[in-house]
Amino acid sequence: MNSIALKMLVGDRAKYLGMIMGLTFASLLITQQSAIFTGLMARTFGAITDLSYPDIWVMDPKVQFIDDIKPLQDTQLYRVRGVDGVDWAVPLYKGLLKARLENGNFQTCIVFGLDDATLIGGPPEMVVGRLSDLRRAEAVIVDEVGSRDKLARAPSDGLGPKIPLAVGDVLELNDHRATVVGICRVTRTFQSQPVVYTTYSRATTFAPRERKLLSFILAKAKPGEDPERLCGRISRATGLAAYTRDQFKVKTMSYFLKYTGIPINFGIAVVLGFIVGTAIAGQTFYNFTLDNLRHFGTLKAMGAAAPTLLRMILLQALLVGAIGWGLGVGVASLIGYLLRNSELSFKLPWQLLAISGSAVLIICLSAAVISIHKVLKLEPAIVFKT
Amino acid sequence: MDSRTSQTAPGTAPSGKAAVRCRGVVKIYGGGSGRVVALRGVDLQVEQGELLMLVGPSGSGKTTLISVIAGILDQDEGDCRVFDQDLRKMPSREKTRYRGKTIGFVFQSFNLIPTLTAVENVAVPLLLNGWKRSRAIQRAGEVLDRVRLADRSRSLPAELSGGEQQRVAIARSLVHEPRLIVCDEPTSSLDQDTGQRVIELLREVAVREDRALIIVTHDSRIFKFSDRMARMNDGRVVEVIDLRKTA
Ligand SMILES: Nc1ncnc2c1ncn2[C@@H]1O[C@H](COP(=O)(O)OP(=O)(O)OP(=O)(O)O)[C@@H](O)[C@H]1O
Ligand SMILES: [Mg+2]
Repeated sequence: MNSIALKMLVGDRAKYLGMIMGLTFASLLITQQSAIFTGLMARTFGAITDLSYPDIWVMDPKVQFIDDIKPLQDTQLYRVRGVDGVDWAVPLYKGLLKARLENGNFQTCIVFGLDDATLIGGPPEMVVGRLSDLRRAEAVIVDEVGSRDKLARAPSDGLGPKIPLAVGDVLELNDHRATVVGICRVTRTFQSQPVVYTTYSRATTFAPRERKLLSFILAKAKPGEDPERLCGRISRATGLAAYTRDQFKVKTMSYFLKYTGIPINFGIAVVLGFIVGTAIAGQTFYNFTLDNLRHFGTLKAMGAAAPTLLRMILLQALLVGAIGWGLGVGVASLIGYLLRNSELSFKLPWQLLAISGSAVLIICLSAAVISIHKVLKLEPAIVFKT
Repeated sequence: MDSRTSQTAPGTAPSGKAAVRCRGVVKIYGGGSGRVVALRGVDLQVEQGELLMLVGPSGSGKTTLISVIAGILDQDEGDCRVFDQDLRKMPSREKTRYRGKTIGFVFQSFNLIPTLTAVENVAVPLLLNGWKRSRAIQRAGEVLDRVRLADRSRSLPAELSGGEQQRVAIARSLVHEPRLIVCDEPTSSLDQDTGQRVIELLREVAVREDRALIIVTHDSRIFKFSDRMARMNDGRVVEVIDLRKTA
């Protein structure tokens, strides 16, 4: 009877395509909305993602997220290095500094100061130049988006496109001369300012004079050492907070979730996408069964037992569900791919595929269950009605 | 099965063993103010080897009665046995299986599945009885041949005329060799000639010694094909005419 079930399903082309389209749309809506939400959330910890080499972030216990800078004493670095199980530990400066542009305008930049010796914490991808160029005098590396837009020079005639900041150009950071030696690419974050990399010692000379300038200590566990347990030892030994990279990502994201209203604002859109998608998909499949109710009744009269009908309906639901889900995910991915260079935040990890797959599955199964209920309740005597 | 050798011609005495035996069957639809007593104590016996036509005015309970006989509707009172089986007492799964094996249906509106070809529609009862698809299709093709539709076996119902659709439905009703076939107004959506030919065909292929055929009809032009006629009125069988005796 499986072949009969499939023929009933695909036999009416128009209805079948309508159903597939409904489910595709539902799956697209669910996948797309949650992928954007995931992408948006991943932006909160973009800076942590870019810093993939260290396992452990050490900071002031009051720090709540990556952009929340509460500087430490330089001496803390040595205390962290002294903790048993720490392979190495390096300083990281992170701060907002004013850059003065050629035209006299000011632009705030996110400045990272990397350990002078190792340059650990550099950008994930260089577009022009090399990271080691930072060792040259006055050297800074700026991010591509910033160099093209906020740090770009106005064209001489006042018309036409802006002239991007390029290697060899000079800018002033907090009244200190800086020379661009490279252009890099960074993961997008919620901060829209240009990102500037330099060495730790130079960053501290750029920064306004303060007693403490050390933002984070980045550490690596010795091979075989469990980073989570090491975090515990570091905080006990130093009184600082220590998190693994993933823990710090979660902490940062939680902060945004809790204090920025993003989840409630965007979450509603996601939930709405879910509801609308569910309604469409469920409705389409339920309609299909209703349209076929008479035929199911005929089958029932002719001796189709409940398990047979159940199997037929489930098979139909699973098939359209699978096709609709696949197409929806495909279209969502295509949109994400086509807009990959835009400001669209789109992240489609496998977990999300599993979630949207389960959602479509649940939708189809629920629609099937309602339909099955209707079919099983059906008086086979209706077959004699015209 | 070869119908030609075992066919019971009109006038041949039925075997005398009961295919269906109903005693005091009562069926009530709904409750309260919407309560309708559709059957008010029906007594009826259908013999094996006969074609019984059930006639009577609209609303007299014909459809209700054959639904009870075919086990797709439970009566409220009385006793109804099909080949000595009390369907109402069977657990519903067993009843469904029994129906699938023992009873064939022909409906006024054919009730073919529109997305299946003629031969697939005919194969459905076999598939429901657990036949392999390829064997079922082959057998269905043979039966379509018997109703002279072999050349249309790949057509969809919508591509067939009303008479052809009803012949497909007849093929479907007997493909699994059920012992009882019930038909509700099988000719009323067909024109006169087509209707006659369909009943002739049904009589030819379905009436056999150990089987029975019940046809509900309003169509006086086909009365002559029946062995006996039971007339219903207001939920009762009020008269049974034996056409073999009167002939
Ligand atoms: N599902 C139902 N619910 C309520 N009443 C019903 C139902 N089915 C039939 N009836 C009523 O039961 C009575 C008998 O109906 P039935 O369909 O058996 O008559 P019939 O002899 O087949 O009529 P017709 O020749 O018009 O087909 C009618 O009064 C009808 O209105
Ligand atoms: Mg009727």
